Amino acid sequence: MSAPSVPRERVRRRRDDTRLALAFILPATIGLVVFYFWPLLRGIWLSFTSWDLLSPAQFVGLENYRAMVADPVFWNAVRVTLLYVVINIGLQTVVALVIAVLMQRLSRSTLLRSLVLAPYLVSNVVAALVFLWILDFQLGIGNQVLEWIGLERIGFFTSEAWAIPTIAVVNVWRHMGYTALLIFAGLQAIPPTTYEAARVDGASEVRTFFGITLPLLRPILGLVLIISVIGSFQVFDSVAVTTNGGPVDASRVLQLYIYDKAFAQFDFGYASALSVAMLLILVVVTFFQYRVTRAGQTDLN
Amino acid sequence: MTETTTAPVEPETVGQTDPPRTAQPRRRRRPPSPGRVLAWVVMIVLLLLTLFPFYWMLRTALSSNGALYSGSTSLLPVGFSWGGFERVFGLQSTEEAIAQGGSGASIDFWLYLRNSVVVATVVTACQVFFSAMAAYAFSRLRWRGRNAVFAVFLLSLMVPAIFTLLPNFVLIRDLGLVDTLLGIMLPGLFMTPFAIFFLRQFFMNVSTEVEEAALIDGASKVRVFFAIIIPMSVGPIATISILTYIGSWNDYFWPLMVSYTDESRVLTVALGNFNAQTPQTGPDWAGLMAATLVAALPMILLFLVFAKRIVNSIGFSGIK
Repeated sequence: MSAPSVPRERVRRRRDDTRLALAFILPATIGLVVFYFWPLLRGIWLSFTSWDLLSPAQFVGLENYRAMVADPVFWNAVRVTLLYVVINIGLQTVVALVIAVLMQRLSRSTLLRSLVLAPYLVSNVVAALVFLWILDFQLGIGNQVLEWIGLERIGFFTSEAWAIPTIAVVNVWRHMGYTALLIFAGLQAIPPTTYEAARVDGASEVRTFFGITLPLLRPILGLVLIISVIGSFQVFDSVAVTTNGGPVDASRVLQLYIYDKAFAQFDFGYASALSVAMLLILVVVTFFQYRVTRAGQTDLN
Repeated sequence: MTETTTAPVEPETVGQTDPPRTAQPRRRRRPPSPGRVLAWVVMIVLLLLTLFPFYWMLRTALSSNGALYSGSTSLLPVGFSWGGFERVFGLQSTEEAIAQGGSGASIDFWLYLRNSVVVATVVTACQVFFSAMAAYAFSRLRWRGRNAVFAVFLLSLMVPAIFTLLPNFVLIRDLGLVDTLLGIMLPGLFMTPFAIFFLRQFFMNVSTEVEEAALIDGASKVRVFFAIIIPMSVGPIATISILTYIGSWNDYFWPLMVSYTDESRVLTVALGNFNAQTPQTGPDWAGLMAATLVAALPMILLFLVFAKRIVNSIGFSGIK
């Protein structure tokens, strides 16, 4: 862009900053190699060993994987985790979409968006503890309200059927505002002219939403889904704090099982194999989501 | 964890690029349409659901356990008492605490608070600074292999955080750093691919003119980084710092793995423990809610100050 006739400029442009650049990326590279790539390799290696942290790790080949395939607790954990993800993501996406569309139609005030985002500011642990109290069987206001409208009390965290849906809803509470803001940002990218055209044709709000907004939002919705599904699969905090996997194994999600195997039973080899399984599940799910939602492509041009 | 792959936008740019309002043509002096009223009703209900738990935390924290156990549904604090907060801050004797439904176990709140502050502050400062350095090298310096190396950094976005936790714990253990604050901080000190990616976007857009003028005046590229790029990117740097601080403050799984004693216990882990020490009589709900409120308070304050920046930072324009 600058005038090409200035020779001094051209000389500097060609100057090579390699040494300085290497110095500048050195700390980040240490972080990348030591805390991302090395653990990735080490995790995969550990999954082929038997190791209790004390004696040296022993190579056992596919033994851990063989045990895993035959392990009913593992399959249960996969089932529970999938159930959690489906409820969590399904509900969260719908609620977030509603909030985002309402925000766009009603008001763009920063105050409103801040209030919506507020739950995202507290930790999973805080969110889980608050709902542990609100939904307490005896004293929780949630159950008192249920009784007041004439329904049965529900053991939200203590019954096998309710534990996972409850935890899923708690995390919807924490993340829906964040997801709504992401979708809201996507809505801003849809040119207003498309809406005007629809209005001229006399399309109703509902029709406009399903006919225009939703299809044009697809790429962004796809990305939001991929991001939140990856996050959702890694659920741990809220389960560890509230039910710790119970009752029985009803909420023993994959992460919790991995943690138990490693830190309660000191079976690091098996825990690593479980982590690899988790990684594979994530890769497959992400790949299919990407294909199905065509998240990378836009219909806007 | 969810925020790591979305690229925030700066408030300033958002303000400018906002498309014009798509709202229906204004019909003044007419009552709002029924659809609009319904929409507001739905929005307000959703807002109430969003905010109620915060109020309930406060209401319970200011109640006494005795009154809570009578099952009152009053919306105001029942049996008003500062007892919950007093137990959190260790202002009650063991007997007093037990009499009021606490566990009586000593919790060193100030120590956990200090630990959380140290961890979040050091991680944020180092991570943002080192990421900014790398982002500078990837955006403003000329060197061979720049794009290839950057691609390798982007690859690490694909490694789910959760997969690295276990091997990282093994590494921290090998280094003899289990149960130390350094052990908790170390993996996050150097960078996150997201922070590099995010800052690079902004560094690339800093005008080259000032930089060239400085270079002609004989400034080094190092000086350009400190005297030009950083000051001109205060906005994005603040944004990524706030996001990092919040994430670090709220982290639970990793500190849970690494810390075993009070020495290195951070607030989130302490809260989990506080919950686990249920007294014989039943949970100390007033104390627990007081503790959660106090743990969440710094983030709520941060949010009050920076709400606009945080809210506007959530978007997609960096990704396209």
